[in-house]
Amino acid sequence: MGTKRISFKTNFILTTVFVIGVGFLLLAASHSVGDYWVRIITLMAIYSIMAISYTLVNGVTGIFSLGHAGFIAVGAYTAALLTLPIQQKTMSFFIAPLIWPLNSIQMGFFPATIIAGLVAAFAAFLVGYPSLRVTGDYFAIATLAFAEIIRIVIQNSYSITNGSLGLKGIPPYTNIWWAWGWLLVTIIVIGSLKFSSYGRALRAMSEDTVAAGAMGINVFKHQLMSFVVSGFFAGIGGALYAHWLTTIDPRPTSLGIMLTFFVLIMIVIGGLGSISGAVLGAIFFAFAAQWLRIVESPMNFFGITIPGIPGMSMLIFATVFILIMLFWRRGIMGKDELSWQYIYDHFAKKAGDQD
Amino acid sequence: MIKINNKKDERKDVLRLENLTIKFGGLTAVDSFNGYLKEGELIGLIGPNGAGKTTIFNMITGIYAPTYGTVTFNGIDITGMKPYVITHLGIARTFQNIRLFSDMTVLENVLVAEHSWLQNYKARKILHKHEPEKFPRPHWKPWFWSAVLKTPDYLKMERHMKDYAYELLKAVDLDKFAHLKASALPYGPQRKLEIARALATRPYLLLLDEPAAGMNPQETQELAEFVQDVRKKFSVTILLIEHDMKFVMKICERIYVLDYGKIIAHGVPEEIQNNKRVIEAYLGDESYV
Ligand SMILES: Nc1ncnc2c1ncn2[C@@H]1O[C@H](COP(=O)(O)OP(=O)(O)OP(=O)(O)O)[C@@H](O)[C@H]1O
Ligand SMILES: [Mg+2]
Repeated sequence: MGTKRISFKTNFILTTVFVIGVGFLLLAASHSVGDYWVRIITLMAIYSIMAISYTLVNGVTGIFSLGHAGFIAVGAYTAALLTLPIQQKTMSFFIAPLIWPLNSIQMGFFPATIIAGLVAAFAAFLVGYPSLRVTGDYFAIATLAFAEIIRIVIQNSYSITNGSLGLKGIPPYTNIWWAWGWLLVTIIVIGSLKFSSYGRALRAMSEDTVAAGAMGINVFKHQLMSFVVSGFFAGIGGALYAHWLTTIDPRPTSLGIMLTFFVLIMIVIGGLGSISGAVLGAIFFAFAAQWLRIVESPMNFFGITIPGIPGMSMLIFATVFILIMLFWRRGIMGKDELSWQYIYDHFAKKAGDQD
Repeated sequence: MIKINNKKDERKDVLRLENLTIKFGGLTAVDSFNGYLKEGELIGLIGPNGAGKTTIFNMITGIYAPTYGTVTFNGIDITGMKPYVITHLGIARTFQNIRLFSDMTVLENVLVAEHSWLQNYKARKILHKHEPEKFPRPHWKPWFWSAVLKTPDYLKMERHMKDYAYELLKAVDLDKFAHLKASALPYGPQRKLEIARALATRPYLLLLDEPAAGMNPQETQELAEFVQDVRKKFSVTILLIEHDMKFVMKICERIYVLDYGKIIAHGVPEEIQNNKRVIEAYLGDESYV
């Protein structure tokens, strides 16, 4: 089999052209598809950021965390508290006034997003440090518990987060450019990480921690590093999400376990460990969630009116998730990336088959 | 060949195991093992199934902590250290049941082992404490960021790593399969790749756990030459576990024989071959006689 390897230069040029192409597509879309779909396209990028950061831990590093929504929530709240106008803050916090200095801060979207990422990364460090002492199922349970603790702390800290009332009137800063711009940054950073010496160490650990340790890799340190980087981008995703929703609250169905479950579905569909897979999974999920709204609204089926069943879309997602886990573990991309090399190999193989 | 008892060996100890003992519940898998390896030696560790050979490897490499006893490597007490630190200090191993990173390419398998070599902070700290003039005080490099940002420094390092990886792959005759998944290799080459991967950590001491297992006589023959080559080319000391007697007798300078966790014999191959206790220990197991 004559597998040609695509050079770095060709790769770079093709990728640049592709990114510019996507940019123009987004520009065209933002002028033609209407506000509703622009919002969905923006959401796709936000989901993608959440999914990529999640797949770094659950796929590339091979440790099964269930705490992702906790870091997204930390990012969402941090950014929202930093961008909310001061009057809005005094208005919303009527059970307990917001503590200093948050009550007198109002900053731009970009610095707030960065700080949200850093705070979420720090939260990931605090959660990861003890949790990574245990492995497998215990780790999953520990992270799940920590995410729930984060949620409960948010729910009860009235003077910081406004508790169960949540935050309202968050400025709708997140537009298609912020979201897709941050997605590009996320892909570049995590992609660069995955294909560096560190990424190789992470992938090795995901296959066999004992062998990786015997090859001199400090497994704990690398897992923690991956967890913290993931936490940073989860925080960015959370910041974008908060300014897309404009209202956030600590219910389990908004920034709790449900969100972790959604992101898990995205990365499983896309293929655990694949960045491009995570993006495809996220885009698919954003679409599917729209389509599935139909099943929750009343339908007229050959003259018979079927009432809308709330929660039906969740049921369908859960079923799809189980089916994928049973019959299609690989997902769309498996562990591979949709790289030019991948496409080339794919076509070369097709052409080879015909000979 | 010189009988070991007759002459004082001036070479320095690379490895010294003293009273090494490990208990799993009621079972004493290894019982007061004493042994040493001199610089540049090629030593065999043999014994019937379940004798405790692999367990000794696991204690040397830090996978198990011994119940009693010490492991001294190049004069440093490494008992109970973490596996990755021990690897950084210069002990590398292969596994009895091949443990390659099967989803990664042949080249990547070797590169993974080089990763640690570039940032062995903890090991350098230990070495510094030990021989400050030979190992200067370690300094921390923000290597992670340069890897993500792909700084020229990092790219240079990556190039170095690749060059060395190819050199190793050439040595094991696998360079033409560099971009194949490790799992796609046949059994024999997989064992060789595991040796190349271990060498990529730049060890002083190489531990091979049944390198000839599953190989046909011709492959075993080649492997014998290969192991001797490796020792010369990479100036490593080698300790190997093997069931193939012909292989062991041919290449090892000294042999330790283990049965039920205890040493029953130690000596040059001729001594071992004629040792009554060794023959007895293996008698139950006709495949070895
Ligand atoms: N983690 C463990 N827990 C309990 N018992 C163990 C453990 N590891 C090894 N043993 C036991 O210790 C004994 C020695 O095992 P070991 O694997 O060292 O044998 P070996 O000499 O390598 O044999 P083989 O030639 O079959 O590889 C065996 O009885 C084994 O069951
Ligand atoms: Mg064994």
